[in-house]
Amino acid sequence: MDIFIQQVVSGLATGGIYASLALALVMIYQATDVVNFAQGELAMFATYICWSFINAGFKYWVAFLFTLAIAFVGGVVIERVLIRPVESAPILSIVMVTLGLLVICNSVAGWIWTYVQKPFPSPFSANPFKFGNIVFGAHDLGQIEVTLLVLLCIYLFFRFTPLGLAMRAAAHNPVSSRLVGIRVGWMLALGWGLAAVFGAVAGMMVAPVLTLEPNLMGGVQIYAFAAATLGGFTSPGGAVLGGFIVGVVENLVGTYVSFIGTELKFTVALAMIIVVLLVKPTGLFGSSVVKRV
Amino acid sequence: MTALLDVQALEAFYGRTKALHGVSFSMAKGGITTILGANGAGKTTTLRAISRMVRTNGTIRFEGEALDRKATEDVVQLGIAHAPEGRGTFVHLTVEENLRLGAWARRERGGLRDDFDRVFGYFPVLRERRRQAAGTLSGGEQQMLAVARALMLRPRLLLLDEPSLGLAPLVVREIFRILRTINQTGVSILLVEQNAALALDLADHVFLLETGRVVMEGPSDVLRRDDAIRRAYLGY
Repeated sequence: MDIFIQQVVSGLATGGIYASLALALVMIYQATDVVNFAQGELAMFATYICWSFINAGFKYWVAFLFTLAIAFVGGVVIERVLIRPVESAPILSIVMVTLGLLVICNSVAGWIWTYVQKPFPSPFSANPFKFGNIVFGAHDLGQIEVTLLVLLCIYLFFRFTPLGLAMRAAAHNPVSSRLVGIRVGWMLALGWGLAAVFGAVAGMMVAPVLTLEPNLMGGVQIYAFAAATLGGFTSPGGAVLGGFIVGVVENLVGTYVSFIGTELKFTVALAMIIVVLLVKPTGLFGSSVVKRV
Repeated sequence: MTALLDVQALEAFYGRTKALHGVSFSMAKGGITTILGANGAGKTTTLRAISRMVRTNGTIRFEGEALDRKATEDVVQLGIAHAPEGRGTFVHLTVEENLRLGAWARRERGGLRDDFDRVFGYFPVLRERRRQAAGTLSGGEQQMLAVARALMLRPRLLLLDEPSLGLAPLVVREIFRILRTINQTGVSILLVEQNAALALDLADHVFLLETGRVVMEGPSDVLRRDDAIRRAYLGY
């Protein structure tokens, strides 16, 4: 039972990372109908920026906040410069642009920072917390806190601020949004900025566990896809919940199903994607979109 | 005196298809003007041209200011509110959120509460439903919401596209009664309507559109007595 609880908590910790990245994917998908395949690589890039700040002598949380700001601006600029020109192109073209962005980020990161793995610091104490016989990693718990805090902030932003409301409106109904005077293009750019921020949080939280390298987010992105598919690509809340579910399931299956262990864990995510698509393609909380042709 | 809205030689295009072939008209401040015409005559397109949602040639001036090079968002900022065909409801958002969005573009930020009170005064049912997702409203309620949302801008000109479409006669009568009240508070209205009898009752000036051109215009009580109009649009 102790091991079970430990594994659940540790699953929630990684699940939080999947949730953040899944939320980033879903936000952009809702606004533009496009899956941003470069989301994970952008997060990796942001993590390297944070690493550079820390290496230059900045305190961890200062570097963390700087990175979030840079990620936000970077996301906005990418939307304005790369996505905007192909905005009205077929969806496949936009997907191609994001795939190109994926490759570029990955190579440029390798070029600047090399492919050598770098240790990335955790801001949380190294001593595990003990409750009786149960041991929780401090980074796991810290990670859960940070993720929940970010999710809470973003919920409050979308739920209670006029800008958040305008962004939701622009995502759901661009035509009517223009008619009430919302600059839809800028709302999309802000969405990209926020998505880049979630990604950066995910990257910085996962890097101490996986160690930093240009392929840091490759696996995480697959899990995030599984999370978004499970929760529903049309439901931000669903994607977040999906992230936590995927994290926990991944951990429990790895622990209790002997032939899967750590090697085949990855397959679990892919299997989840396929099962969801076969059984309930809209995901747990997604709604099917009816389009008039 | 400059007209509130002045449209000259307006042509509009959907891709390569020309939908308006040189529409010219102008409307005075403070009135209710209606554009009548059959399906496909270009009524909706005319409104969409004013709101810059369609590619055009020709000039459109609002209080002397040219609109034809502006973006939709900037036209809204001048105080032109458009309740579009199909009502343009944000179905995922609550009634209250829909109304808040209506006030997004206006310059003066304050007084939101007064505006809520005012539109809830016109349409009490919206107050009851204000926490409800707008997509769950009935057609009539959604039309009321469309008008209410447009009013949140504190517009100087209200563009209304077929507010009677698909609604029960009783509901339509109620909405048109409120439109008259709204007009009396100083909001000019440009109304596009299939229901000619209703539109002629409400409007003081009428333009008749046929296949993308203005073919007749005049005060509504004059046009109402016109034989051709009576036969074609009023059906008696």
